[in-house]
Amino acid sequence: MIREAQVPMREQDPGSRVHNFSEVPLGYSEEEARQEAGRCLKCKTAPCVRGCPVEVDIPEFIGHVETGDFRAAAATIKRTNNLPAVCGRVCPQEVQCQGVCTLGKKFEPCGIGRLERFVADWELEHGIQSVEPPPPTGRRVAVVGSGPAGLTCAADLRLLGHEVTVFEALHEPGGVLMYGIPEFRLPKAVVAQEVEGLRRLGVGIETNVVVGKTVTVDGLFAEGFEAVFVGSGAGLPRFLGIPGETLIGGYSANEFLTRVNLMRAWQFPEYDTPVRIGSQVAVIGGGNVAMDAARTALRLGAEKVTVLYRRTRTEMPARVEEIHHAQQEGVEMEFLVNPVQLYGSDGVLGEAECLRMELGPPDDSGRRRPVPIAGSEFVINVDTCVVAVGNQPHPLVPRTTPGLEVSRRGTVQADETGSTSRSGVFAGGDIVTGAATVISAMGAGKQAAAAVDRYLGAGG
Amino acid sequence: MHSIVAKRPLGPEIAQYEVEAPRVARTAAPGQFVVLRLHEQGERIPLTLADWDPSRGTITLVVQALGKTTREMHELYGVGDVIRDVVGPLGEPSEVVGEGTVVCVAGGVGIAPVFPIARALKEAGARVVGIIGARSSDLLFWLERMDEATHELVVTTDDGSTGRKGLVTEPLAEILAARQVARVWAVGPAVMMKFCAATASAAGVPITVSLNPIMVDGTGMCGACRVEVGEHVRFACVDGPEFPGEEVNWDLLLERLAAYQEEERCALDKYRRMVQEATR
Ligand SMILES: Cc1cc2nc3c(=O)[nH]c(=O)nc-3n(C[C@H](O)[C@H](O)[C@H](O)COP(=O)(O)OP(=O)(O)OC[C@H]3O[C@@H](n4cnc5c(N)ncnc54)[C@H](O)[C@@H]3O)c2cc1C
Ligand SMILES: Cc1cc2nc3c(=O)[nH]c(=O)nc-3n(C[C@H](O)[C@H](O)[C@H](O)COP(=O)(O)OP(=O)(O)OC[C@H]3O[C@@H](n4cnc5c(N)ncnc54)[C@H](O)[C@@H]3O)c2cc1C
Ligand code: SF4
Ligand code: SF4
Ligand code: FES
Repeated sequence: MIREAQVPMREQDPGSRVHNFSEVPLGYSEEEARQEAGRCLKCKTAPCVRGCPVEVDIPEFIGHVETGDFRAAAATIKRTNNLPAVCGRVCPQEVQCQGVCTLGKKFEPCGIGRLERFVADWELEHGIQSVEPPPPTGRRVAVVGSGPAGLTCAADLRLLGHEVTVFEALHEPGGVLMYGIPEFRLPKAVVAQEVEGLRRLGVGIETNVVVGKTVTVDGLFAEGFEAVFVGSGAGLPRFLGIPGETLIGGYSANEFLTRVNLMRAWQFPEYDTPVRIGSQVAVIGGGNVAMDAARTALRLGAEKVTVLYRRTRTEMPARVEEIHHAQQEGVEMEFLVNPVQLYGSDGVLGEAECLRMELGPPDDSGRRRPVPIAGSEFVINVDTCVVAVGNQPHPLVPRTTPGLEVSRRGTVQADETGSTSRSGVFAGGDIVTGAATVISAMGAGKQAAAAVDRYLGAGG
Repeated sequence: MHSIVAKRPLGPEIAQYEVEAPRVARTAAPGQFVVLRLHEQGERIPLTLADWDPSRGTITLVVQALGKTTREMHELYGVGDVIRDVVGPLGEPSEVVGEGTVVCVAGGVGIAPVFPIARALKEAGARVVGIIGARSSDLLFWLERMDEATHELVVTTDDGSTGRKGLVTEPLAEILAARQVARVWAVGPAVMMKFCAATASAAGVPITVSLNPIMVDGTGMCGACRVEVGEHVRFACVDGPEFPGEEVNWDLLLERLAAYQEEERCALDKYRRMVQEATR
């Protein structure tokens, strides 16, 4: 008899976890993992594999978990996914691998993400198998940006024998994994360990290099790099453009999360960077970023945190698990509401005027467009407002790389192999797609690594 | 590795540092800045490039001890010490024009960032008049370097201990009234730049100022450095730091600079206690 539901994963209880930044889900024990692995039907057609952007051989790794050969399970996953500890935690599995799981037709789908996380953690704990990179080819490739796209591309190129240097603008590698996604969802030590694995593989990482400022893409070619992969992400914050947005207490989600995660403001004054958190916090938006900001605000000691979203619960792009966790912790949600003006005194935020919305006909994204209801203005008390309405591609690299074509939305034009309008320049991840997911950025990094290798092989 | 290769006091709370940063030194231009982080627990703070030497691979920073980070740097960082992170050059370079008369006004520690701008303007062929001011003579520095970088130099102090007694805006207004001036540059405390902007506007002369809002990343990723220029919200770290002074919303800049006063005091107190305990 198959268990209908997934083996539950132990979690910190909501009452205590809102006072700390430790990870919320606690992971499976070996026993629990083997039990969950036993639910998998090891389908011949394995639809789950096609649901995964990097095609992890899911039935094979789960088979190894079931027999208790965790080392072999790790090796299987790592054939195609070099950041499993990250993906197991943050992939939107419900719409990817698990979304098409055969088991899901009748019961709860197999807990692929949870098992992947278990295997990755097991390996980190028991010592990572070292992979010997092949003999050097003598070809040098530069990777711009150390988010999931850049890290994946770098690892694959290194495994093909090329010499790879990653250039990162910030002082820590990891991209959004480091500065955006909070500690309680993705511990920074996990990211650091995955990056360490890359270093051991022989990938060079130069932090504090802003490509386009410190050195340009053309400058990298002049330094002797023969190809450049651009994975500079969608790091440009969008604001609402409403009056009062520059009042003190108004943050972009990027600033708020960077202060807390990258700069560790949650440990102020042990760490020098502060963050202001009032008692009444409003978070504008409905995606993962909004959930992360709201849950972070609670942990920093806010009395009341409200997510204001201009559509309804159904249209919320955030992962189901994140919405669930946020609500469990006491984050309040107001739907069909949009702020139109912020007010304050002496430059400090105090109130937000909002409008109620209703859903009209669908817009270009296919979702029904929210339209304001005339005369529905109301005012709420707010001393911290975090704007989480999306990020745009960072314009610095495109702007300083002549001949690199960009779309009207500012994304770099690249085909599915990552090739751009400039020979020798490849791109992938959020800089190409606009804000997307960790695993799709990794998929793009992989494709591009293969394309760079072909390019170098063809004497490029 | 960003080692400090030289350090020289320039006043009671001001020092000049020469720091290894070869990549920055290679591409630095007047008007640009770096962001540095002293150590693992440190804050990222922006500092203007006061000078650079591509052949030695070093940059020069002039830092005034104000709060936790700058004070820590002043008191605990000397020759041979390593600064954990230095990133740059950031911001847009100054738009150097080589024609006409240009007045470069510097207030306090603003002398350091004005120096490379004045030097570049002079090299490009402009006639450069320098006005540098400080509260008193012990806060003045680089007089000889400024003398070399300009054709004429006016020095003021609030207390009259050196040069002319009074504020930099007085000689600025006189010069603008007496001569045909193509552009004014002003770098210093926000209040000083605000009054320079008013003075230049009154005389109908365009003025460039270098804004110093609180920053986090310095690469356009966070928006902490938002300023309002001509009704538009701009990011000072990537769109600036130089902007037309007549269009800047100064009150907003001043308010936002005070955003973290309480936390800054807390950080400084904690640092002072730490130093006290270490020396006891
Ligand atoms: C708060 C938040 C939560 C999220 N949660 C999830 C989630 O749960 N699940 C999920 O799948 N996705 C999530 N995402 C989205 C996901 O993180 C991104 O899609 C993914 O990180 C994109 O990877 P990337 O490598 O393209 O870019 P990034 O991760 O953005 O990395 C780009 C890197 O390039 C660097 N860089 C930029 N410009 C330059 C330059 N000029 N020179 C040098 N370096 C440069 C940046 O500093 C950064 O380190 C989340 C995003 C955010 C912001
Ligand atoms: C583009 C730019 C270039 C700069 N160049 C220089 C430079 O060359 N030399 C130099 O000494 N300083 C410079 N500054 C200012 C310097 O960054 C601040 O003094 C520093 O961040 C203060 O950090 P702290 O921890 O020591 O003080 P904090 O504890 O953060 O603050 C102490 C006091 O300093 C004020 N302050 C905080 N941030 C700033 C700021 N950004 N500008 C002015 N005052 C501030 C606060 O209001 C407070 O009163 C520059 C700032 C910018 C934005
Ligand atoms: S990488 Fe993500 S999508 Fe692929 S199997 Fe793992 S959890 Fe599923
Ligand atoms: S579809 Fe589901 S049950 Fe079938 S192999 Fe994949 S994980 Fe197992
Ligand atoms: S300091 Fe972050 S955008 Fe300017």
